[in-house]
Amino acid sequence: MKHTINELEDIAFQVRRDIVRMVHGCQSGHPGGSLGCADFMTALYFEVMNHSNDFKMDGKGEDIFFLSNGHISPVFYSVLARSGYFDVSELATFRKLNSRLQGHPTTHEHLPGIRIASGSLGQGMSVAIGAAQAKKLNNDKSIVFSLHGDGELQEGQNWEAIMYAPFNKVDNLISTIDYNGQQIDGPTEKVLSLESLQAKFEAFGWHVITSNGNDMDEIVKALHYAKSLTGKGKPILNLMSTIMGNGVDFMMGSHKWHGVAPNDEQLATALGQLTSTLKDY
Amino acid sequence: MKKYTYTEKKDTRSGFGAGLLEAGKKNPEVVALCADLVGSLKMEAFIKEFPERFFQIGIAEANMIGIAAGLTIGGKIPFTGTFANFSTGRVYDQIRQSVAYSNKNVKICASHAGLTLGEDGATHQILEDIGLMKMLPGMTVINTCDYNQTKAATIAIAEHEGPVYLRFGRPVIPVFTDPDQKFEIGKAWMVNEGTDVTIVATGHMVWKAIEAGEKLAELGIDAEIINIHTIKPLDEEAILKSVKKTGSVVTCEEHNKFGGLGESVARLLSTEFPAPQEFVAVNDSFGESGTPDQLMTKYGLDTVNIVEAVQKVIKRVKK
Repeated sequence: MKHTINELEDIAFQVRRDIVRMVHGCQSGHPGGSLGCADFMTALYFEVMNHSNDFKMDGKGEDIFFLSNGHISPVFYSVLARSGYFDVSELATFRKLNSRLQGHPTTHEHLPGIRIASGSLGQGMSVAIGAAQAKKLNNDKSIVFSLHGDGELQEGQNWEAIMYAPFNKVDNLISTIDYNGQQIDGPTEKVLSLESLQAKFEAFGWHVITSNGNDMDEIVKALHYAKSLTGKGKPILNLMSTIMGNGVDFMMGSHKWHGVAPNDEQLATALGQLTSTLKDY
Repeated sequence: MKKYTYTEKKDTRSGFGAGLLEAGKKNPEVVALCADLVGSLKMEAFIKEFPERFFQIGIAEANMIGIAAGLTIGGKIPFTGTFANFSTGRVYDQIRQSVAYSNKNVKICASHAGLTLGEDGATHQILEDIGLMKMLPGMTVINTCDYNQTKAATIAIAEHEGPVYLRFGRPVIPVFTDPDQKFEIGKAWMVNEGTDVTIVATGHMVWKAIEAGEKLAELGIDAEIINIHTIKPLDEEAILKSVKKTGSVVTCEEHNKFGGLGESVARLLSTEFPAPQEFVAVNDSFGESGTPDQLMTKYGLDTVNIVEAVQKVIKRVKK
């Protein structure tokens, strides 16, 4: 372990503070999914991924990550900054004019840590597969991780990719689904039900594991277990249950905070529930 | 009129296949992807030589573009292959976000462009692809005119850093360019120097422009013929220099008149040197089933159409 579970939980507290402050600062953005994935992203960048310390961007010889559901950019930016990819003070520029921290992640502004633009949904798994196959050609034993929203699976391109990866034995790929059951227009089961995702992925030939994405101990164990399953002929799917808005009581479990920023009063309430562990930006 | 001859006819897609093999030999990072059209794209030689560097994607073009973008992240130079329609319109958002906006070094190689795809009809004959692709910031757009030029272009784009759209076709057509040519992206090719009118042609229309030039010479009209193989970035200097000399221009392309080469030339001239222009292009229409020759005649893309357009445009020049 690079960090204890307590240390990782503390980092996740700070990431959540960053998220609500960033979204409040520009009065736009997507706090719900960002908060729900704060534990996962912290576990990934501070514990599970073997990523380069010099933050070179050629993608070789290190584990790499792709965010397909680009709207949860606040959690991505916070974790990247807290990992040292860029200075945390830059988080204050989120979604503002001339910022490298665009509303959705992009390589266009050369922000370290971002390897592809995402935001238009459903494209990230194909990209992750390509990067994983490039690693194989390069005889590079490191791993590709990706994160996808559950509602995002309504996009058809995902299913092209989900069919392709097992057939081509892309077994250096660990894709995680943020299974929070919410999308902009309401619960996924009311908008367009995903039914049994586990059965669907298994039918396509993936090795599926399930996890609780808001329990640090469990998510760290799940991701280490997922890593142990790589190189065995199948891509790995981490079906990760989370609660949208996790960590801020009035945002939790509702699609209403998918893409709404808190006002001053709501920000104060939220920050009151989130201990400051590292220094605020 | 400079004399152009040919001893054989070949398809431009075979030029792509030969160029891909050559590019693969020159650079081990070159990889190829195909969406279930290996034979149509003439990729067999590359696959035979480099089986581990070929990715059969199946009928899933969106996934193909995404995988290609991902492959660049490990330093690969991916060439995707399918028909022009499925290379562009079908996957426009994937190209826009994962390739163009992300500035990935993907080469989108598109066969069976335009009417000359023939009998399959309008579902497969895209006439809007040049417009779609040139609208994307940072995208290089190339439409080649014969086997040799397509082969040379394929080799050249492997050496160019950045996203490229390479458009070529299905039918066999005369091979009339130099087999040993060096293809320079963004550099016009002076086919024939003349003084009376400028003909700017791309793709399959270049040979027809040469035929038109010969007919015009018989009528006493000395046409300057320029091949614009790179529609973006446009060789503005070559076009301006020519039109300043001749005073008028006819643009020729196997594409909708909206969004194509002709509009790029018109945009340039309207701001730099306003001059009469006629468009030999499809008049805002879909295609239909038929042989390539029948279709080119019905939709006004024949040698005679270029001759008529020249006669018309010359009359419009103010003396």
